[in-house]
Amino acid sequence: MLAHDLLIVLPEEVLTLSALALMLVAAWAGDRAAKLSSWLAVLAFVIAALVLPGIVDPGDTAFSGMFAGDSFAAFSKVVIYAAAAASLLAAIGWFGRAGDLRAELPVLVLLASVGMGIMVSATDLLTLYVGLELQNLALYVLAAFRRDDTRSAEAGLKYFVLSALASGLVLYGISLLYGFTGSTLFSQVAAGIAGGLSTGELFGLVFLLAGLAFKISAVPFHMWAPDVYQGAPTPISAFFATAPKLAAMALIARVLVEATGPATASWQQMVIFMALASTILGGVAAIAQKNIKRLLAYSSINNVGFALVGLAAGTPEGISSVLFYMTVYIVMTFGAFLIVLRMRDQDGRPVETIASLRGLSRTRPWLAFGMMIFMFSLAGIPPLFGFWPKFVVFNAAVAADLAWLAAVAIATSVISAFYYIMIVKTMFFDEPAPAYGPTRDPVTAALVVGAALFVSPLGYLSIGPLDHAATIAADALFPAQG
Amino acid sequence: MAGFPILSVILALPVIGAIACLLTNAKGARWVALITTLVTLALCAGLWLNFEVGGPQWQFAENVPLFGRYFSWALGIDGIALMLIMLTAFLMPICIAASWEAIQARVPEYMACFLIMETLMLGVFMAQDIFLFYVLFESTLVPMYLIIGIWGGAERIYAAYKFFLYTLLGSVLMLIAMLWMVNYAHTTSIPDLLVTDFPPEAQTWLFLAFLASFAVKLPMWPVHTWLPDAHVQAPTAGSVILAGVLLKLGGYGFVRFSLPMFPDASAQLQWLMFGLSMVAVVYTSLVALVQEDMKKLIAYSSVAHMAFVTAGYFSFSRQGIDGALIVMLSHGLVSGALFLIVGVVYDRLHTREIAKYGGLSNNMPGYALVFMLFTMAAVGLPGTSGFVGEFLALVGTYQSSSWAAFIVTTGIILGAAYMLLLYWHMAFGTARTAEAAALPDLSLREWAIFAPLAAVVLWMGIYPESFLAPMRDDVAALVERIETAAPAGDAQVTPASPAAAPATHDGEGTH
Repeated sequence: MLAHDLLIVLPEEVLTLSALALMLVAAWAGDRAAKLSSWLAVLAFVIAALVLPGIVDPGDTAFSGMFAGDSFAAFSKVVIYAAAAASLLAAIGWFGRAGDLRAELPVLVLLASVGMGIMVSATDLLTLYVGLELQNLALYVLAAFRRDDTRSAEAGLKYFVLSALASGLVLYGISLLYGFTGSTLFSQVAAGIAGGLSTGELFGLVFLLAGLAFKISAVPFHMWAPDVYQGAPTPISAFFATAPKLAAMALIARVLVEATGPATASWQQMVIFMALASTILGGVAAIAQKNIKRLLAYSSINNVGFALVGLAAGTPEGISSVLFYMTVYIVMTFGAFLIVLRMRDQDGRPVETIASLRGLSRTRPWLAFGMMIFMFSLAGIPPLFGFWPKFVVFNAAVAADLAWLAAVAIATSVISAFYYIMIVKTMFFDEPAPAYGPTRDPVTAALVVGAALFVSPLGYLSIGPLDHAATIAADALFPAQG
Repeated sequence: MAGFPILSVILALPVIGAIACLLTNAKGARWVALITTLVTLALCAGLWLNFEVGGPQWQFAENVPLFGRYFSWALGIDGIALMLIMLTAFLMPICIAASWEAIQARVPEYMACFLIMETLMLGVFMAQDIFLFYVLFESTLVPMYLIIGIWGGAERIYAAYKFFLYTLLGSVLMLIAMLWMVNYAHTTSIPDLLVTDFPPEAQTWLFLAFLASFAVKLPMWPVHTWLPDAHVQAPTAGSVILAGVLLKLGGYGFVRFSLPMFPDASAQLQWLMFGLSMVAVVYTSLVALVQEDMKKLIAYSSVAHMAFVTAGYFSFSRQGIDGALIVMLSHGLVSGALFLIVGVVYDRLHTREIAKYGGLSNNMPGYALVFMLFTMAAVGLPGTSGFVGEFLALVGTYQSSSWAAFIVTTGIILGAAYMLLLYWHMAFGTARTAEAAALPDLSLREWAIFAPLAAVVLWMGIYPESFLAPMRDDVAALVERIETAAPAGDAQVTPASPAAAPATHDGEGTH
């Protein structure tokens, strides 16, 4: 039995052991080995993805039902590992340039990914909490990774304080749910509330959801995101905006469906509120931003809102649309961040103002072209692939008789389109600002090209397989239909 | 030809040309663009020649399920689409030629934008899958935004924003309506949806959602305000594409979706469509009368002409729909030509202000002649394309509502007023500025641009049968689909009355 359980968590074991080994390497060789360690960490991600349960088989649960290695977890983990590995690759070049790439970086990213893996696999409220905290602890340190930069330190501290508060909310919610249903297992919680939601259970649900909403930075729990994104080193911001978002979103989906599925009507209202509030605030507040990283933070708030529209549907189709949405969103956002990584002045110092993008289409036409693709894609304008995830979430909402929600949400997408096309305007219509200094980094260049091709109209060809995988993953949460 | 994916080839060609443009310099890009558009035109002409009039409704159909369970790469054309495809393919080489010297900055990107635009517009007319239609329909925003924003006039940024956001806001609700329809009918194929009967209570909502999109695109009063800004600021060729083809996407949407898919709602909301058309004709014509900017004047006249289209469609009669389609084709040519006419003098003097010109017939006789022809076509003089369309559309409208016909007809008088006024100020009298008096006449390149346009305008005016024939069966099918829902007209015709006789003649089309 133990052997079976250990096989289910094999990816987590691979990543944990790699993290420990790399820690030893860091202690032994210091920062000289940082680059090598990072590549080894990428290798660990590849191996972990290869041994994932639930990809070809339906997967199984482990540790008396507290941990699920099912298709849903497998889908999420593949995307998380890919995003984490890509962030590491981007970080190598970015930190390497200033000479402050440190050997702890790959270790922290690995540990954060272990935490995220546990989050998406959690089928018990305590497993959930353990995964969440493991992820958070690693992320606090990452946010403050540039010790000599006050903004980075501020970002770390801010993230720590607010995140600790959210964790408190989650714990309180868990304790209420446990107290009223008598179990921390998702399946038992669901059985406990099957007869109707008592007031105590409702409070538990609200606190739990509020705490988790913080992690995906959904309005009204979004305040931290712009400050942390702006303060953290850019590759770390890229990491924040991608993998942890998907992990938390998948976690919310699993909790809502598996643990509180019988109370769908109760949480649906909350999700709808957060969805609309996020799309509207994420759109309006971004307009006045001067800093491209802050803008992308609001963009992530905005996008999370659209993903929540799919979640609000509460159907297998809705969950599959959330996974689809987050996957494409991660590629788009990551692509945009990769371009931001290349924004450096002639002396090689990073530049973050939107104004510095002026006339980029004259000075660096291909860079501008790439950014334009990502911006239009984030805005959800066809024929770019960013349109399609919006399409699937709205489709799920309409199929679940929430056509009004889809209509309102899509109308708010016009608000957010404004600031995306504002970036395009800055790059293409305005007179050139001083040109950026040259960057030579073939690895991230390849990543940018890959991401751009994926969000270009060619991405539509991936709808079939991606949709297939997301559907299988979502069905894993609904045993009755599966 | 059977089995050969000719439509896909036509769509792929401009994309390949666009990539080639980006890889060459300015001179190369111009030639690549011109050759690509000419080859596309030749292929489209081949389509027309091989189109079987009276054959199956959908020809050259292709269907490849490329995109998972959601939608497929389904193409196919009927006569209506064929005519609009011809219009698009015909205007494109003219646009490229018109930009030959006017555009000097970032030529490869400019040509690439136009070629991408061509693919998207042709694709909209060819799409047989409702979501493929939507994707292509929306996609046109991106290149047009860039064309207005990069190569436009002084206020180009405001105009580009307005164009983009206005049309985007209009279209997004249509997507939700489409999702609802597909969930209801379990098919994304347009030919299948065309014969699906949606519940009447849902039709109204669906109709309004589609109206939001097409009314902005067409544009109808009161959501037309983006058009004058976009037209005025866009470069000449951009205005031609905007007026010539982009507005027709809205008109095509009405005849492809709104009428046949929601006949009951169309009938119930006929008053709304007529009302908006009547206001549009009178209001925008009056606004056009007082414009001081040539492009703005033509832009407002576009809105007025498009009101003939909506009035014709929603008359539920065969003549009305025939006429509306011909107005679309004719307006595509004529307004495109008028924007080019403005472009000719703008390239020389760099102002669009009417008051800066005058007496051009003295030093630019050739120009004055061409200008005259297109002015007359815009007014709707018999013998030009404008007359055929407007006459049929008004005949159709009259069968349905005398009042609507009466008020819309005033548009012809007002149209004559503002167009002749424009022509008078521009061509007659003496030059108001010394620069205007010294302008050289049309160059050979400009003659080459206007000659084919003039020929087609006269052809359509003198022998419209060529253009009506391919569309006849499709209009018949449409009329058959909607006639059960058609509201009763107010004409109170009695069979024996001689007044009814002309109407039956018109039913055979114009000979």
